Amino acid sequence: MSTAAHSAAGGPLARLSDALWRSPRLLLAILLGPPLLWLGVIYLGSLFALLLQSFFSIDHFTGMVVREFTLRTYAELFTPANFDIIVRTVTMAACVTLASAIIGFPIAYYAARYARGRWRAAFYLGIMMPLWSSYLVKVYAWKLILAKEGILNWALDGIHLQWVLDAYLSLPVVGGNSLSVSPTGTFIVFVYVWMPFMILPMQAALERVPVSMLEASGDLGAQPGQTFRHVLFPLALPGVVAGSIFTFSLTLGDYIIPQIIGTSRLFIGQAVYQHQGVAGNIPLAAAFAVVPILIMGLYLWGAKRMGAFNAL
Amino acid sequence: MTRNFITAVVTAITAASVATGAVAQMTAIGEGEGALSIVAWAGYIERGETDAAFDWVTKFEEATGCMVSIQTANTSDEMVALMNEGGFDLVTASGDASLRMIAGKRVQPINVDLVPSWGTVDDRLKDAPWHTVDGVHYGVPYMWGPNVLMYNTTAFAEAPTSWSVVFEETTLSDGQTNAGRVQAYDGPIHIADAANYLMFHKPELGIKDPYELNADQYAAALDLLRQQRTLVSRYWHDAFIQIDDFKNEGVVASGSWPFQVNLLKADNVPVASVIPQEGATGWADTTMLHADSEHPNCAYKWFEHQLSSNLQSDLSVWFGAVPSVPAACSDGRGMQTQEGCDANGLAQFEEIKFWKTPVAQCESQDQCVPYYRWVSDYIGVIGGR
Repeated sequence: MSTAAHSAAGGPLARLSDALWRSPRLLLAILLGPPLLWLGVIYLGSLFALLLQSFFSIDHFTGMVVREFTLRTYAELFTPANFDIIVRTVTMAACVTLASAIIGFPIAYYAARYARGRWRAAFYLGIMMPLWSSYLVKVYAWKLILAKEGILNWALDGIHLQWVLDAYLSLPVVGGNSLSVSPTGTFIVFVYVWMPFMILPMQAALERVPVSMLEASGDLGAQPGQTFRHVLFPLALPGVVAGSIFTFSLTLGDYIIPQIIGTSRLFIGQAVYQHQGVAGNIPLAAAFAVVPILIMGLYLWGAKRMGAFNAL
Repeated sequence: MTRNFITAVVTAITAASVATGAVAQMTAIGEGEGALSIVAWAGYIERGETDAAFDWVTKFEEATGCMVSIQTANTSDEMVALMNEGGFDLVTASGDASLRMIAGKRVQPINVDLVPSWGTVDDRLKDAPWHTVDGVHYGVPYMWGPNVLMYNTTAFAEAPTSWSVVFEETTLSDGQTNAGRVQAYDGPIHIADAANYLMFHKPELGIKDPYELNADQYAAALDLLRQQRTLVSRYWHDAFIQIDDFKNEGVVASGSWPFQVNLLKADNVPVASVIPQEGATGWADTTMLHADSEHPNCAYKWFEHQLSSNLQSDLSVWFGAVPSVPAACSDGRGMQTQEGCDANGLAQFEEIKFWKTPVAQCESQDQCVPYYRWVSDYIGVIGGR
């Protein structure tokens, strides 16, 4: 009698609680269901819907998509003009990643090892602060800094070093009429914008390297360079690779910086944007969007082979 | 008897198809639906927010209750893409976009009888081929104008007489080369500007229409553009970035719109514009109604508004364009004057080759290079191919 009264008092909520306790799998399903649905349907589903588009083609006059399976759109990626876009973007991403690592490593090392107290806070703030302001504002600011009649030229003119810049800009491939319309300008702004994403993971990795190991290396007679090559760098590599994944993939996908700063030559992100948003050629845009996914797949596979994820 | 029967059937079918055709076309204007969304060029639909003196939306909203929302687009391709996507009522389409939308059935035929002021439209525009197909109107002319040559008056002692300053390397009157100091439009339709230049300077190519090019003429135009690539540091597609480049990047000459010329002049930058001896390409925009528009009544009210209100006159001052209603130049409905219209190119109508979409089956010769090739090849030219 009393047990019956108890369960009656508990009502449906108590029965639900009992049911969940009796079958933990149900509880698991309820907890994991929504996020899995999100990941599976909304996140991956929309990605697959995009990829599916890449197997369609476009009627070139009306601009309407022809929904028939074809590989013609992928073949278009290998026309010289389109292939140039891919090569140009990957080269830029590689250069930006390399430069970010080279510039970022000493900063991360100093911030992780030597900066203390207020200095440490200042370093964190200095690295993070550019992330607080709008990306577009930063890019437009750089356009003004690098412009022919911008502050950089004005300053160089003031210290009579204009000829150095002019000599550099007269070089083929990297040069141009002014920094703001040269590939170098695009490169500088890319490095500036993505640098924090390189420094932060490196700093985290460097903080985890035990000082004792560096001291042991020194005690055993290693030169600083040897310690760096054989002890510090391998131990910090996971951080460098993590950072490089950010800078590489972000450069690969960006479409705003090369539109505002540079030579008007397209990058993959712009090609996707133009073909999708401007020309309405969604199939070709989707095919272009597959390229960074493939490249990043290869990149991650290579990083894994290098053992970069073992320490994570 | 049998023949009569067949004739009757054919007549019935024809009548039925005409009737279905007419279903898509409005026959009467009802109450406004309270909203109207327009895809337009930047600066085309002003409600006094950029400059209080230029407003042709507020009164329309008050009179009809149709609240106007604007989606700006930077290129014709973008307009086509937006209309293909749907969800918009009207688009101010240039001739290189309008035929594509008609072919793609994205826009519906317009019943000009429902637009009382249709009769005031410039006769040369009423049946223009970029919005009239087989005698059916697909839009109401909005505004037209030339793609002028904008130049910096300190770099040019006198107005350039030829487009050669943006196509060939020359020394300007300030003693420096034009390399790196000129710009070109970042849209495939710019190939027509090159063709227009060749039409004048290389008559042996036999170009009759810069939008109808055979393989040889097209190759010659691309070669000229490749030569131009060596002079151009950055192509322009955003009017405001071009304005910034004229101010800070040392750009001294470029094909442009009167819109940028006016804004730069207002900012005291020493620029002026000219239509050189080769003539110029130009745009003639048409307001077109989406096939699945949810606010057709508001759209028809807008058609009337665009022809009869201060819009034609004030917009032509604002944008440096020419009204599609010639009377708007002189009847004092807005700020424009006859001199202003003439300065904006009214007198040069015949010298302007209006944008239209290049098609394979063209009128002036057997086979022409179609637009999709223009798109991919122009990307290649800019990429240095």
